[in-house]
Amino acid sequence: MTFYKKILTVMFSVLFFVANAQEREVEMADAMRSNGSIYVVVAVLSVVLAGILVYVISTDKKISRIEKDLENK
Amino acid sequence: MYYFLTFGVVKKTTLKGYNFINSFKGLGLFLLQLGYVYFIVESGLPQGAKFPIVFAGLGGIVFLAFKLKCWKEMAVFGMFYTIIGGFLMPVPRLPIVYETIRNQYFHVTMWMAMIIVLFASALHAIKYLNKGHLRDDVLSSEFANLGIIFGVLGIITGMIWANYTWGDPWHGDPKQVSAAIGLLVYFALMVLRASFTDDVKRARIGAIYNLFAFPLLIVLLFTVPRMYDSLHPGAGGNPAFGKYDLDNSMRMVFYAAIIAWTLLGVWIATLRIRVRLLELKAYDVL
Repeated sequence: MTFYKKILTVMFSVLFFVANAQEREVEMADAMRSNGSIYVVVAVLSVVLAGILVYVISTDKKISRIEKDLENK
Repeated sequence: MYYFLTFGVVKKTTLKGYNFINSFKGLGLFLLQLGYVYFIVESGLPQGAKFPIVFAGLGGIVFLAFKLKCWKEMAVFGMFYTIIGGFLMPVPRLPIVYETIRNQYFHVTMWMAMIIVLFASALHAIKYLNKGHLRDDVLSSEFANLGIIFGVLGIITGMIWANYTWGDPWHGDPKQVSAAIGLLVYFALMVLRASFTDDVKRARIGAIYNLFAFPLLIVLLFTVPRMYDSLHPGAGGNPAFGKYDLDNSMRMVFYAAIIAWTLLGVWIATLRIRVRLLELKAYDVL
């Protein structure tokens, strides 16, 4: 083969690998969503958040009561 | 927009029993937040203009929440929305990050909340130096505490995120290092304050140091990382939060999450503030 034909052969065969770099399906957590476990994550975090909020709200009420007592004293 | 944090916060925070009407007000303002973000996001404004406009508008809504005394309920709704919406709403499918892009609702929003809170701390430091009321010093130091907590959480969540997306929890990324330095500066503020026994001296020196620390933090977090090549978005000369960094679908949760984290943190900080003010009042110092 002449020289330029060799170059072209190499270039065209490289194309095969280059084409692979395009849009493969980006693997996201669709499996997690489909079998329902993402909802477990959300539920756990919501429970944790609710617990923290219950603590904060009860502390807030306690402090309000003390403030009121100190004012009325 | 930041001033709302400083003026209304401690005066109007008492929660006198659970109030259904307040919850409706809180819910209403929270939905207003979402509606406003949706409106701006779907409008035809240039991408770069959206961030400041949204932030200014949300600042106004939060100000209204303080005025109507329903900011705590709004924080509750906002936090639940962040968690539920953060995991279930659609996000762009990008390689390298995959689903961890949802961390943006936690890591980045906590950093923004930290900056807002530390700004409030600096503002109260100025107020203290101006007037000399110990109350301003209490607010300034408690907001600085809150800022440190947000900062530590932000760095830890950032390290966890980096571990999965960049390969290593820490590899000298300019923003990471600058954030750590900024946080150390605030740790030093706490140590400085602890070294004084006299209230007034502690307040004065602490306030002055705070006013050095805050601009330093801003420079470290925003200016320095842009000068270097970094894996963080917004490096190598590109503006962060510009056109390319935030997808429209993520903006729906992102802005509400910033407000929610800030308000939740401020709520907890105000509890500590009120306890300290009660102590000062009980010992007749205030």
